[in-house]
Amino acid sequence: MINLARRDIAHNLKSYLLTGFGLGLLIGVTLTMAGVYRGMVDDAKVLLHAVNADVWVVQQNTLGPFAEPSNVPDDLYRALLGLGGVAQAGNVSYLTMQVSRRNQSQRVMVAGYEAGQPGGPAFLVAGRPIGRAHYEAVADVKTGFAVGDVVRIRRNDYTVVGLTRRMVSSNGDPMLFIPLKDAQEAQFLKDNDAIVEDRQRLAANPAINRPGQSGVLDAVQAIQTSSHKVNAVLLRVQPGTDARVLADSIARWQRYTAYTRDDMEEILVAKLIATAAKQIGLFLVILAIVSAAIVAFIIYTMTLGKIKEIAVLKLIGTKNRTIAAMIMQEALGLGVIGFFVGKFAATLWAPVFPKYVLLETGDAGRAFVLTLVVCALASVLAIRAALKIDPAEAIGG
Amino acid sequence: MKLSKRSVFLAIGTLAFLAAFVWLLTTRGPLAPVGVAFATVTRADLNPDVYGIGTVEARHAYTVGPIQAGRVLRMLVDQGDVVKAGQLLAEIDPVDLRQRAEAASNAAARAREAELAAQAQVAEADSRAKLAQANHARYQTLYQQNFVAREMADSRRHEADAALAALAAARANAAGAQREIRRAQAELQGIAQLQSSLKLLSPIDGGVTAREAEPGATVVAGQAVLRLADPAQLWVRVRVDQARAQGVLAGQAADITLRSAPGRALPGKVVRIELQSDAVTEERIVNVAFDPAPSQLYLGELAEVDIHLAGARNVLAVPRAAVAHRNNQAGVWQAVDGQARFKPVQLGAQTAERVQIVSGLAEGDSLIVYSEKQLEETMRVREQALTKP
Repeated sequence: MINLARRDIAHNLKSYLLTGFGLGLLIGVTLTMAGVYRGMVDDAKVLLHAVNADVWVVQQNTLGPFAEPSNVPDDLYRALLGLGGVAQAGNVSYLTMQVSRRNQSQRVMVAGYEAGQPGGPAFLVAGRPIGRAHYEAVADVKTGFAVGDVVRIRRNDYTVVGLTRRMVSSNGDPMLFIPLKDAQEAQFLKDNDAIVEDRQRLAANPAINRPGQSGVLDAVQAIQTSSHKVNAVLLRVQPGTDARVLADSIARWQRYTAYTRDDMEEILVAKLIATAAKQIGLFLVILAIVSAAIVAFIIYTMTLGKIKEIAVLKLIGTKNRTIAAMIMQEALGLGVIGFFVGKFAATLWAPVFPKYVLLETGDAGRAFVLTLVVCALASVLAIRAALKIDPAEAIGG
Repeated sequence: MKLSKRSVFLAIGTLAFLAAFVWLLTTRGPLAPVGVAFATVTRADLNPDVYGIGTVEARHAYTVGPIQAGRVLRMLVDQGDVVKAGQLLAEIDPVDLRQRAEAASNAAARAREAELAAQAQVAEADSRAKLAQANHARYQTLYQQNFVAREMADSRRHEADAALAALAAARANAAGAQREIRRAQAELQGIAQLQSSLKLLSPIDGGVTAREAEPGATVVAGQAVLRLADPAQLWVRVRVDQARAQGVLAGQAADITLRSAPGRALPGKVVRIELQSDAVTEERIVNVAFDPAPSQLYLGELAEVDIHLAGARNVLAVPRAAVAHRNNQAGVWQAVDGQARFKPVQLGAQTAERVQIVSGLAEGDSLIVYSEKQLEETMRVREQALTKP
């Protein structure tokens, strides 16, 4: 038996392929939008996975260092290390700011961590880890920095010694890791003019600058310029310890709020990026519906464009089933071509996006099935139209 | 024939597309192996450094001030001046001290005159006593020969005894007067010393680092009027993270980079490690002296210091970027049959770049140093350039 679909496609190969290509680009856009959504959620989680901490200890009744400001003393970790089941405790400090390199400023999230403790970059793609206690940095490649570059944070110059990858804040800002003490200084230190003005203000205060008690002023000034706060303490637990129980006990006895990794993920995904993710998600749904509609219309109009040929087929006595199979096969073929072109295009342009686009294999599978279902449904409409065609039309007008 | 040629083109086109699709998925898509870069275990000399930052400080800082409250009369030196030991730096207003000194000197003179009077009284009493004793002896003889009444003789004896007692009193008076002279002289000396203490002298050969009071200012006892330091005795008080401070010893060489000259390292030497560390910042305090001292230094300037520790010679070493931690165990990732495997190792001395492998790897072993994502056990890996050159 002759395969009518193959013959018909071979007859109009160029227009068939072009239609498939156009459909593909549309599907590619939809896939990319799904990738943008997935990437956004992944951005929120990537830091959590990278630091690999089991418990986050933050200021009481706050939502952690990302969703709300949180300050805890930097010697809190000593008390936490003494708790049963805690293997490692690391102070961390996070601060989103502009850093400048060669007079160009770049938005980054500066993360301060202690060498050897949780909170640092998990892997490198170039250079080396931070080796000194001060003034070295490891940057995400997205910052555009290279090993050996000098970046300025507040009043100090930092040398980029290593590069990492996929280390972004929940907003998608690339991260810059620096030693904790430097980060504390960058976060809490005021600029020089403010310090000098504060000194003058204090010196003018007779309660502090009392004649004959010159030491008081110095002591008050020293307190004002030093900081012993960090944003959170990250804990890793010993194998066999339940992080949930540990977090509850810290919340109850240490009077700090403690989140497990799941809690943190919930905060980051459900609270921090909720609105933005919903926005993208809704747009994705609309785009998917519009794409499905366009695919359906194209297949329908393609069939209607062949009314004369189908009428001729009917006239020469072709079975309805054969005609239906032809239309169905052509539609599914378009779907397959469109899907592969779309996937190809999306994979090709995804890395170019400034923010992370995560193309999940599961999403691709769902999109494939959805494309075929939409094509099949659209072809059913077209088949109904084709079967209604009067064979007489082949002869007439 | 025409159709089959077209079919061939179509087949080739489809194949090419599929090949490109598969290539894209396996190189850039989710199915791609993780790109990694390799390094090998080599033998190397490791020269570890410990890094710290500190400020330029004086080894001994001298504060010069009065020992009792007063008003500054004169300031003879200013910040930056070079002074000699014993040089007069400032003077405190003596207020009434000169008058008190004059009073004391008059009191001393008066005491000396009182002493002369007392001596004269002694001479007089002595003379009286001699006369009374002679009279007494004379009357005693006359009484024994019954020329005078016994009452007369007793009266003479009483006169002689009274004169002796008066002599003793006069002598005691004279001794008291001498003590009064010494008291008055001591008081005079005390006031003179007080006067000299109002002159503030330099305790060292050095430089003035601060002038904290001006003429007319009232200062309390012990308050600094001037601060001095010996420029030849300046060092850097370096704060070194306790976690990295192991191995720092007195006598080790160091490079000191001043903030004002970022590109130029000055030679230095660890002189002392302070016994008392900073418990709040968790830093050890190390004193690093300049060796030799540069001609001009500024106190309080920030300095970065690299202390050179004892190195390890000809040891197995890997890049520090290759070291990973899994379940609190240090190790490295290796590629076995295209799959990532974690290999626990024991680490030794480390520099910024490299770390010593004590056990777990042999020379020439290949290991993963960079990866484009976090490696997991049995993850497929492939060598790839991870950053653009």
